[in-house]
Amino acid sequence: MDALLFMIFAAVAVVCGVNLVLQTHPISSALSLVGVMAALAALYLLLGGEFIAAAQLVVYAGAIMVLFVFVIMLLNAGTEHKTHKSSWAKIAGVPLLVAFLGMVAWLIQGLVPATESVVFGEFRKGTALEIGRALFTTYLLPFELTSVLILIAILGAIVLARKEIE
Amino acid sequence: MPPLPFPAAAPLSWYLTLSAVLFALGVAGFLFRRNIITVFMSIELMLNAVNLSFITFSYKLKQVDGHIFSFFVMVVAAAEAAVGLAIILTVFKNRQTLEIDELSSLKN
Repeated sequence: MDALLFMIFAAVAVVCGVNLVLQTHPISSALSLVGVMAALAALYLLLGGEFIAAAQLVVYAGAIMVLFVFVIMLLNAGTEHKTHKSSWAKIAGVPLLVAFLGMVAWLIQGLVPATESVVFGEFRKGTALEIGRALFTTYLLPFELTSVLILIAILGAIVLARKEIE
Repeated sequence: MPPLPFPAAAPLSWYLTLSAVLFALGVAGFLFRRNIITVFMSIELMLNAVNLSFITFSYKLKQVDGHIFSFFVMVVAAAEAAVGLAIILTVFKNRQTLEIDELSSLKN
């Protein structure tokens, strides 16, 4: 059952990822990316990361993708124009990518023992309680630093989007 | 019910392979696409793939640290998206284009 669920969501993620790369219109790519993120949230849940799965849906599929879609709509971004500058890249790139992925998959199968498998419910430390405890004890300094980072990002976004740079 | 042609529980290596596949797709999108917004979305895809790796290793080591790391990756990705999209807006206001091939004023 676990493997079946993994295969379903992995297939959704890969198909949406391929669609993201192949689509020429950015809004289609954005919707594919939402599909990838939703499928990954389900996989996080299978791995026992319930807090991260919720955060993935809220932060990534919610906030960040809304920002992307908003910018695409605002700029009225259209389909990419075709250029023939890099036709050799299309011919050589795809077989090379597949070969590279085959090699990586083979390496991973060799390095990670095949006896270990993911059983849903075996890892119970992914709750909000455990993550909050780690976040506010061991990782307190990085956590506080990210708040400064977010503040800088907000200020930077406001300054950049406020008016044209002369 | 007939026996399934695959193991009942997915091995860890499947998750890591999926992570590698998604990362490679992100790299491919980053290299092949010419729309600056799609390039940016490919970067987000790569960040997501790395997050899956983190969570998988967190499961293997039975520790919560991988979850914290991917949480920080999400925070940084949110900040990056806000600033990056503001930069894209500014570039579009000044140059009226989203094609990365035409944004080459720093070349030479």
